[in-house]
Amino acid sequence: MNIAPKSSFVLSSRHLLGIEGLSYADIVGLLDLAGEFVELNRQIEKKTAGLRGRTLINLFFEASTRTQASFELAGKRLGADVMNMSVSSSSIRKGETLIDTAITLNAMHPDIIVVRHHASGAVELLAQKVDCSVINAGDGQHEHPTQALLDALTIRRRKGEISGLTVAICGDILHSRVARSNIILLNTLGARVRVVAPSTLLPPGIERFGVEVTRDMREGLAGADIVMMLRLQRERMNGSFVPSVQEYFAYYGLDQKKLAYAKSDALVMHPGPMNRGVEIDSIVADGAQSLIREQVEMGVAVRMAVLEALSRNLPNA
Amino acid sequence: MLSDRQRPILLANARIVDPSRDLDFPGDLLIVDGTIREAKRGIGAAGVPEGTDIVECRGRIVAPGLVDMRAFVGEPGAEGRETISSASQAAVAGGVTTIICQPDTQPAIDDPTIVDFIQRRARDTGMVHVHPMAALTKGLQGQEMTEIGLLKAAGAVAFTDGARSVTNSQVMRRALTYARDFGALIVHHTEDPDLTGEGVMNEGEFAARLGLVGAPKAAETIMLERDIRLVTLTGGRYHAASLTCAESLDVLRRAKDAGLHVTASASINHLTLNEIDVGPYRTFFKLSPPLRAEDDRRALVAALAEGLIDVVVSDHNPQDVEVKRLPFAEAAAGAIGIETMLPASLRLVHNGEIKLITLLKALSTRPAELLGLPGGTLRPGAPADVVVIDPDAPWIVDRDELKSKCRNTPFDEARLQGRAVCTIVAGRTVYEYV
Repeated sequence: MNIAPKSSFVLSSRHLLGIEGLSYADIVGLLDLAGEFVELNRQIEKKTAGLRGRTLINLFFEASTRTQASFELAGKRLGADVMNMSVSSSSIRKGETLIDTAITLNAMHPDIIVVRHHASGAVELLAQKVDCSVINAGDGQHEHPTQALLDALTIRRRKGEISGLTVAICGDILHSRVARSNIILLNTLGARVRVVAPSTLLPPGIERFGVEVTRDMREGLAGADIVMMLRLQRERMNGSFVPSVQEYFAYYGLDQKKLAYAKSDALVMHPGPMNRGVEIDSIVADGAQSLIREQVEMGVAVRMAVLEALSRNLPNA
Repeated sequence: MLSDRQRPILLANARIVDPSRDLDFPGDLLIVDGTIREAKRGIGAAGVPEGTDIVECRGRIVAPGLVDMRAFVGEPGAEGRETISSASQAAVAGGVTTIICQPDTQPAIDDPTIVDFIQRRARDTGMVHVHPMAALTKGLQGQEMTEIGLLKAAGAVAFTDGARSVTNSQVMRRALTYARDFGALIVHHTEDPDLTGEGVMNEGEFAARLGLVGAPKAAETIMLERDIRLVTLTGGRYHAASLTCAESLDVLRRAKDAGLHVTASASINHLTLNEIDVGPYRTFFKLSPPLRAEDDRRALVAALAEGLIDVVVSDHNPQDVEVKRLPFAEAAAGAIGIETMLPASLRLVHNGEIKLITLLKALSTRPAELLGLPGGTLRPGAPADVVVIDPDAPWIVDRDELKSKCRNTPFDEARLQGRAVCTIVAGRTVYEYV
């Protein structure tokens, strides 16, 4: 095999638990490496040898199709042995399950474990109990670092530079780990970040995250280069956080009219899976300004970059 | 009913009282094309357009038409008790030019299409302006907030669960938070239903003597205190629908002193009656919240006089004889009041408890301001919603002559002094007392 990335970037930490804790250089290094994998992934021969002989476990306590598939493919393209584990969270008492599972898996000598869990902080707890590297694939309402990295890669490839861009993150900020990771990352790279949501979907204290806060889409989207929509969970639509789908879509759903408030070359993003007709209109989701499919492609590349960069740090590397 | 083009009206030689501008002076008021042209001294017959109706007021009061912020109208679902048509006839006879109807209807006003229905019915059958408050929670169930944005856009002027309290603090918090984004006002019936329990009149000696279960004042103050904490937390706009006791006024004062967006109403019943009026189990005096002690009534009036209580409401609630002619504990709560609100409240003026302009402010200017309505003022350019009041005319209330479909007035046979003698809505004379 003669294909391999040119970048020799090594992630300085053993785990990737969040964007918080990454330096500017870490983020740029990962994005540069991921950029190379984008090109490799477009070739017929996609396989490299960075993780040959390594064991990767995808440990998902929360159902996920796309993130799990993305990590699985990333691991396989790097030559690792990949095992997927979906753990029902209801089986045993949660704290017990998590630590017991960690100890059990650790005994099998994996090199990297990718973890998604419904509780904020659970991935960090698990990381303390194992000897291998741990990647956070989403913990509760805390962080989803690979999503933020893939979003940044998508933006960077389209806009050239993230610094100076205005990014509007819209929707259910309160419950979103994607929003938290993105706010930190985009701020680190010098973007101007706005969050737009009804007050019931904004966490108290969000003003101190280094973002501009508005409850109005027209105001929030004015002059935006990037419009990033978030998913609204079904159980939050009917009167608990917002009154109804109709009202949410009327005031916060991204349709062509609201998108017109943004710059004419603004690009639309969504971490998926989308609720068409709730937070985003189909015409916009499938339109010329949408980057949503491109985000998925960048996802595999970013996860390959993260795996590669972590593996270079592993014992015996 | 409406003529296409109304003749201009000059209300001549009146005592003009405009609480929105703190004006009280002898003068004339000219109405042209449904709006107030000017109000000043000596317009006279010479200063009016050709064809103007000149009404000689002989020193009677000319004031903004009353805005009744809390009235139950039976549409839709209880047309037998009251319709927009019958309520508006009662309204104009009482000098009320704007009715704010409550959402506890069947179905509840919790959907924009029902707001639209009310507006159409008001246009087709009403004689006054009718604006609905919409439900704060779906089906008035206190669980899920309604479409506050869409309902407000459809014309709902505020949000309330009517005669019910939202007991779930999380629901109330989120509703206040969400409503704030739309600048929407939340109006709340402040009563802890568990603490009120089976209570049917004010808790205390009189209830004990009558052998009736009492409703403690704390049921009101606890809910009001909670709401104020939630307003502090959320920054929402909040209005207490009907306060009744002195302890609540202390809570209200602290909230206002803290600069919160908090306001409050008192009903005409609680300002002019007390628990002793219940007498021998008179069910027309069974109200929710119940009539309180005389000390509470006096405290409410004092609070009204100093502006702590912002609004006087009729809390008009028509009930059939069938649900009133029952043992007190089993009878329905509520009293009609839209027609007698003004004359009953003039009692307070005649007794020297409150200044006329202060009363009229609470009956017109303040509710219009809180609800964002254009009435409640005699400012030039404002819609000509005007009442001419004879402050001294003595009369005796005869419940059979009241315009409401129901007869449950607590003022039956009351000797009152003063009343509306002419009511003008949008420049058209809709009522004259003869």
